[in-house]
Amino acid sequence: MLDAADLECARGGRTLFRGLSLALRPGDLVRVAGDNGRGKTSLLRILCGLLTPDAGTVAWRGEPVRRLGEEFAKELVYLGHAPAVKDDLTAAENLRVALRLSGRVLPDKALQEALRQFGVPEGRPVGRMSQGQRRRAALARLAVSDAPLWLLDEPLAALDAPAAALVESLVEAHAARGGMTVVTTHQASRLSFSRTVDLDAAHA
Amino acid sequence: MRDAFACVVGRDLVLAFRRKGDVATALLFFVVVSSLFPLGIGAEPNLLREIAPGVIWVAALLSSMLSLRRLFESDHADGTLEQMLLGAAPLPLVVAGKVLAHWLVSGLPLVAIAPLIAIQYDLDSVLYGVLVLSLLLGTPVLSLVGAVGAALTLGLRGGGVLLALLVLPLYVPVLILGAGSVGQVSAGLGGQGPLLLLAAMLVAATALAPVAIAAALRISSE
Repeated sequence: MLDAADLECARGGRTLFRGLSLALRPGDLVRVAGDNGRGKTSLLRILCGLLTPDAGTVAWRGEPVRRLGEEFAKELVYLGHAPAVKDDLTAAENLRVALRLSGRVLPDKALQEALRQFGVPEGRPVGRMSQGQRRRAALARLAVSDAPLWLLDEPLAALDAPAAALVESLVEAHAARGGMTVVTTHQASRLSFSRTVDLDAAHA
Repeated sequence: MRDAFACVVGRDLVLAFRRKGDVATALLFFVVVSSLFPLGIGAEPNLLREIAPGVIWVAALLSSMLSLRRLFESDHADGTLEQMLLGAAPLPLVVAGKVLAHWLVSGLPLVAIAPLIAIQYDLDSVLYGVLVLSLLLGTPVLSLVGAVGAALTLGLRGGGVLLALLVLPLYVPVLILGAGSVGQVSAGLGGQGPLLLLAAMLVAATALAPVAIAAALRISSE
């Protein structure tokens, strides 16, 4: 489904990785490991098409993602290290906007259910929430997503144990449904990964 | 697809409504700058009448530039811009929505308040119509062209000054035509010429700028 071949990425005049290949099939749950500054985020941004690799290709269902554009974006959830929520909007408004931008409209009930699941207060601007609650408001997108490909950058950062467990169970359920997930993390997690891409090793 | 456009316009209007201060700043700037000239030049009615269209237009240019920085910066900082780049709707459509919302909160109030400023200059009241019409046609062009500059300088250090240097020269034709149309009418020449040219620029900018903005955003968010 998602095939990355011979990726090379240099940032700030330094080669982060070279000759990196990755193939994702339905049900795969891949961990990208590596110390800070090894290019975990860059790899994820390359996979979702935000960043052009210095060499190599990324293909989705056999087509280069750059050419697919919106067709690819529709089948993708990307959660970057910025939470992608507006401080002046409530969690429900943020979620509704995120869904509409990805071409979907859900009934308010489903949105509220997702937010309740994540324990996000409703009716309060996200800017007045704690860092962890903000993070939860962003992650609530996972609960309402039916996209086959999830690219998650440090999804467990700033989360408490119950919220982390919830995210992990969502990712596991996604994999069980035949979804594909790439997770960057440098902390231990109880997720059972089908593979690990170690950028420290790729660098050496 | 149309839903994404409506969604972005609605979202940005709600955001502007919740941050009224930002909107008021640009409008107040316009009022203050255009009020400084009569104070500095002195109360010579003929001179003021003469310079009124030019001053109002220059103030509009500066005020429009002041609010440009905000157009993409906060979306860039909190990651929502990335989500727009990865959205299911074509990016030019989404940015067109952003520019429209930006014009509605920064350009339109300026058009509405311009006749009030013109009173300070004792501008002939028959010229109010053409002044408002020229601003109505011209300020969206400023927003569209300025957004290209804002997208190109996104995330750069010292981007504010660079943006001004990049965008102001591009504003010159709009300034000449906009102020010129009022001047022509007051000289009894009609003024359809400059207004029609402004309208043509608006059509061209509406068609081309969103594509350029989208391309610039993709580059600067790499």
